Amino acid sequence: MSTEQILSSDGIPLEISLKKAERRNKIKAILLVAPLFLFLLITYVFPIGDMLFRSVDDRMITKMLPNTFTAIDKWDGKDLPEEPVYAALYKDLSYLKKNKTYGKIIARLNYEKGGFSSLIKKTVRKINKFEEGNYKEQFIEVHKRWGQIEYMGALKNASPNWSYAKYLKGVDLKFDQERNIIQQPEDRRIHKILWLRTLKVAFWVTIFCFILAYPISYLLATLPMKYSNLLMICVLLPFWTSLLVRTSSWMVLLQQQGPINDLIVMLGLAANDARPELMYNVIGTFVAMTQILLPFMVLPLYSVMKTISPSLMRAGKSLGGTPFVAFRKIYFPLTVPGIGAGSLLVFILAIGYYITPALVGGASGSLISNTIAYHMKSSLDWSFAAALGTMLLVGVLTIFWIYNKLVGVDNIKLG
Amino acid sequence: MAKNKEFVKFDNVDKSYDGKILVVKGLQLDIEEGEFVTMLGPSGSGKTTCLMMLAGFETPTHGEIYLDGNAISNIPPHKRGIGMVFQNYALFPHMTVYENLAFPLRVRKIPKDEADKKIDKALSMVSLHGFEARMPMQLSGGQQQRVAVARSLVFDPQVVLMDEPLGALDKNLRESMQYEIKHIHESIGVTVVYVTHDQTEALTMSSRIAVFNDGKVQQLSSPDELYEKPVNSFVAEFIGENNTFTGTVSDISGETCKVKLNSGNEILANPISVKAKGDKTTVSLRPERALINPKDKMDNNHKGKIKEVIYHGDHTRVRIDLLGNDQFILKIPNSTSNLDIKLGNDINVGWNIKDSRALDPK
Repeated sequence: MSTEQILSSDGIPLEISLKKAERRNKIKAILLVAPLFLFLLITYVFPIGDMLFRSVDDRMITKMLPNTFTAIDKWDGKDLPEEPVYAALYKDLSYLKKNKTYGKIIARLNYEKGGFSSLIKKTVRKINKFEEGNYKEQFIEVHKRWGQIEYMGALKNASPNWSYAKYLKGVDLKFDQERNIIQQPEDRRIHKILWLRTLKVAFWVTIFCFILAYPISYLLATLPMKYSNLLMICVLLPFWTSLLVRTSSWMVLLQQQGPINDLIVMLGLAANDARPELMYNVIGTFVAMTQILLPFMVLPLYSVMKTISPSLMRAGKSLGGTPFVAFRKIYFPLTVPGIGAGSLLVFILAIGYYITPALVGGASGSLISNTIAYHMKSSLDWSFAAALGTMLLVGVLTIFWIYNKLVGVDNIKLG
Repeated sequence: MAKNKEFVKFDNVDKSYDGKILVVKGLQLDIEEGEFVTMLGPSGSGKTTCLMMLAGFETPTHGEIYLDGNAISNIPPHKRGIGMVFQNYALFPHMTVYENLAFPLRVRKIPKDEADKKIDKALSMVSLHGFEARMPMQLSGGQQQRVAVARSLVFDPQVVLMDEPLGALDKNLRESMQYEIKHIHESIGVTVVYVTHDQTEALTMSSRIAVFNDGKVQQLSSPDELYEKPVNSFVAEFIGENNTFTGTVSDISGETCKVKLNSGNEILANPISVKAKGDKTTVSLRPERALINPKDKMDNNHKGKIKEVIYHGDHTRVRIDLLGNDQFILKIPNSTSNLDIKLGNDINVGWNIKDSRALDPK
């Protein structure tokens, strides 16, 4: 094969003149994409990056106790540390006392080991009376915990800049003094339950949505235009209503004195003084989430069913298949891409659902996202909220990856 | 074995979709066993509806359809044992060619080795050996078409229905597929009911053609009879090219009638649907039956003026103004003897009585 360069009529290599000719179009395309790209960068990539960063960032305390951590780094953790560590601690604490900023480290150290709160507070109160030299003794004199190896160990454990302790907490694990990973005490294992409940709710909501959506989508795809349009509006109507309004209306319907309970009593399924609780538990979460996420299942199913020619079913029947066989062997397999797309969509949305479980879920119906919100708004443990959020994100990406391996993302059809 | 003359029988079948308009009106049609019958007609003439009623996807509003002597209106499609080739092939896109062909055999619980033999035979019939593992999407239109034909035949149905199966193919492929389907029909002798709106397709393939219009069969006869002897002006117009004169019968005796045209001239014609003097009529004449400058004496001889000459390779089409009809078409074979065909020239045109058929007025 000849490697001779092909030249355009004015002697410039063809490749170069082609690039020149296409440069304008390229610039135009970049300019058109730029606003969205910037928007995504600012509102999506940066916040998520920041969240990932925050979940492992433990530098706040490192900055506040710089001398202590440098000194304690050399300590082997077997016997009590030597004098230099206490001297450094004195230097850091008296600096913090001067700036009145020691409050932050109390919370951080107390998280590492209970009891630090009173320890630090007492020490800081008396630190002005410390004399130079022999700090170790003076510290132990102020509070005997400074002479206990567990507390000094906890202090050392807080020293690294980066920590994945929040992730361990997210799955009910923690470090012990020797930095071994152990389970949380039994009464504090709450996150595993939440994760499992979230997965369970998302799974069943997906199943319910599928069962309800399949016949509706089939009708939508096969009815004559004038009926299917009306039905389509019925499906989309909830989409055009505020999520909050829809959830609140479920609260009206499901409450103990609400119409659904009235109906149950009227039909004699329950006594008037023993009305079943339909809200503030898992039932409420299931019902409301299924209704709200239903369109996300209907639309992909509909768009796939719309493309299946009715003559395929006819062909199946004329070739001798009963209507059921024709459906099972021909129609159903062809709708699998739509089922995949709808299920994935509903499952991923359900796994991170917040408002509905918060309003109708109660304690037994709240999901992991409600815990994230709690740590963002109430406990202000942002790094833990960030860690939970990251775990959720990784979970969703894993599901997506598994799905891609099993079904193939290119088999998904959204329209 | 004597063949059943009424293997498929439409007995006075009506069909209406909306309760207001009859799309099929009192259809009476017998199809002989092993025949290749084409339902031909313009779109909306009811031919596809008839096919769908035979397949079982539509139910007759009135009347009954018989298959081999049994009424089938209440039998669901999957129990009729009728093979069908659809307009867009309707191959199952998620199955290989093999699986597509195996489907009708599997639902009939035919053992695998026997099924394999049948599939093999059906595929070699449409010369698609070795394509078993392909998906329909990987095949060309013509190949998909062949698979659809093979699939409709693989379970040895009594009747095969074909609903404009060649409509999506290009012209050359369509012609070769026409012969192929015809040969398959001849070699296995299955009864075929074929629907098309393409008259050349109908003429080349069929043993008999049923021309549909307005929900009714206008004429049911063999291709040559349909072309040579149309019974009414719709059929004459629909099949092939046709020159017409409208006028009134001025004299009628036996095999000949005189028709006075609107232009005042009188021509001799073969009375088909005119009965008496004074009847209005449309006289139909095939272009190739009118000769230019005839050497022998012919029954009708008139002079016309050439309006247009269109070269078609093997023949030349000439449009002339003849007896007040300026759309009169002549087909002249290209030979060296026709040199005076020039725009504006006057020429003599002649034809015989039996070729000009006096039909019903349009």
